[in-house]
Amino acid sequence: MMRAHKGDGRIAFAYLTPALLVLVGLMGYPIYQLVLISLFDYGQEQVSGGAPLTFLGLENYATLFSDTKFWSVLGQTVGFAAVCVLGTLVVGAALAVLATRVRTWARTVLFLAALGAWATPTVAGSTIWLFLFDANFGFVNELLGTTGFSWTYDRWVAFGLVAAQVIWCSFPFVMVTLYAGIKAIPGEVLEAAALDGASALRTARSVMLPLLRPLLIVVTIQSIIWDFKVFTQIYIMTNGGGIAGRNLVLNVYAYQQAFAASEYGLGAAIGVVMTLLLLLVTLGYLRALRKSGEAL
Amino acid sequence: MKLRGVAEGVTVLIAGVVAFPLYWMFLTALKPESEVISAEPRPWTLAPTFDSFVRALTVQSFGRYLVNSLVVAIAVVLLSLLISFLAATALTRFRFRSRTTLLVMLLVVQMVPVEALTIPLFFMMKSVREVAPVFGLNHLGSLVLVHLAFSLPFAIWMLRGFVAAVPVELEEAATLDGASRFRFLWQVLFPLVAPGLVATSVLSFIHAWNDFLFAKTFIISAAENQTLPLALQVFVKPDQNDWGAIMAGSTLMTIPVLIFFILVQRRLVAGLAGAVKS
Repeated sequence: MMRAHKGDGRIAFAYLTPALLVLVGLMGYPIYQLVLISLFDYGQEQVSGGAPLTFLGLENYATLFSDTKFWSVLGQTVGFAAVCVLGTLVVGAALAVLATRVRTWARTVLFLAALGAWATPTVAGSTIWLFLFDANFGFVNELLGTTGFSWTYDRWVAFGLVAAQVIWCSFPFVMVTLYAGIKAIPGEVLEAAALDGASALRTARSVMLPLLRPLLIVVTIQSIIWDFKVFTQIYIMTNGGGIAGRNLVLNVYAYQQAFAASEYGLGAAIGVVMTLLLLLVTLGYLRALRKSGEAL
Repeated sequence: MKLRGVAEGVTVLIAGVVAFPLYWMFLTALKPESEVISAEPRPWTLAPTFDSFVRALTVQSFGRYLVNSLVVAIAVVLLSLLISFLAATALTRFRFRSRTTLLVMLLVVQMVPVEALTIPLFFMMKSVREVAPVFGLNHLGSLVLVHLAFSLPFAIWMLRGFVAAVPVELEEAATLDGASRFRFLWQVLFPLVAPGLVATSVLSFIHAWNDFLFAKTFIISAAENQTLPLALQVFVKPDQNDWGAIMAGSTLMTIPVLIFFILVQRRLVAGLAGAVKS
């Protein structure tokens, strides 16, 4: 399908130049800078030029790893992401299956509603949820008869509320993708299974699940990557990480260290740790893709 | 048959729950103020009014932020369209040595948590301000630059499939007809991949439109250059939130994206499925 011509390389390079310039300048260079900043004592005095830059080597990382706060934030981040991923997958998959069992009109209603949740800008979505769960004027408290109950005060209740919001806006992607996947399974395969006397459950487990595996891997890893770096929802719904920072996740923690506490070096170190963790997930992603036999 | 009826009932119920937050947003935006801050909120209103919209647009000059957000998003869409189309063409139509490496890089770069880059980008934009103020801190140009960079990898990745779907024979025919490479690119290939361009544009638009973090980091002391997500936060004050105006603002922010989504949902789903598969 591709031909090799003389001079192809040169033209291809010309076409690629704008993209490469932007990506190297605004992604590559900042990544390098991020690592560099994490190796220095970089605070307010250094920024304003009041104090010289001192090279610390890995000292920022040492500070970080000996800080119990960092470990608790990391644990919270992983736990929060796990709940969000699991919730998103369960809701998305269940609704995808449900969508295959109903007539078009009902499916259209469901997909339109999901499309709305998907399309809502994160900031608007977070704010709407905050208002729905407002202690005094919120509809949820009115409905439950718990007027005055604060959904953002207790650490775990607050995390739960944010997780629910995250699941609300991310399950549509999983639902739509899996629905398309189920629809793509040839009818003959399912008929053959039925002819062989397989029960619905057996068909789902032994026929559909293996066929959907590659797609499931993709949506799972995609969800892990998204939910591990949730920023806006936490920032807005818990007002910057909760009372005394008890609702912090890594992303918000890095931001607060850098821009609230002016500890840019420390903030950058957290950013590097996060990038490395996500890189691990990405490697798993690439391996999973290769295993499922997709070529680049 | 009965089972299907139950399933459809459940489906509609779930759809109602999923859509409820959006309904509540529209409703609150249209409620008179006394009903918004009532201790017994009702899921309807008998006296709809545009007061909250008027307050959002006049008191908080939401219109200005709306324009700012539009400027950033449209600039990002146009630039990313051009750049990603060229790059996607290079990556699908040409064979060269570093092609596979570049493709893997594109995939990896999509996984970089861009939020972590706020710190180095903040200092970069600070230096850029000295040389070219419009692209530096406190100016919309800085937002255009970063969102362009962040939306490119996925845009290129997604467009690749659309460019590859155009038969090579077409290019050969065009060349035989004496069309230059340049003409082929813009007059034949570009219109043919239009569905893909629409889908990627929508994603780039939404990406730029929704951004909160970078707007918050870059636009620090120039209130007139804020974008919508940031402006919305201005309404949120401890203990005295003007929820009517907040919901009106949220509505104004949501409507453009909602329209886009509904217009292109089929292409978007097809494009996403394609991008996910490849």
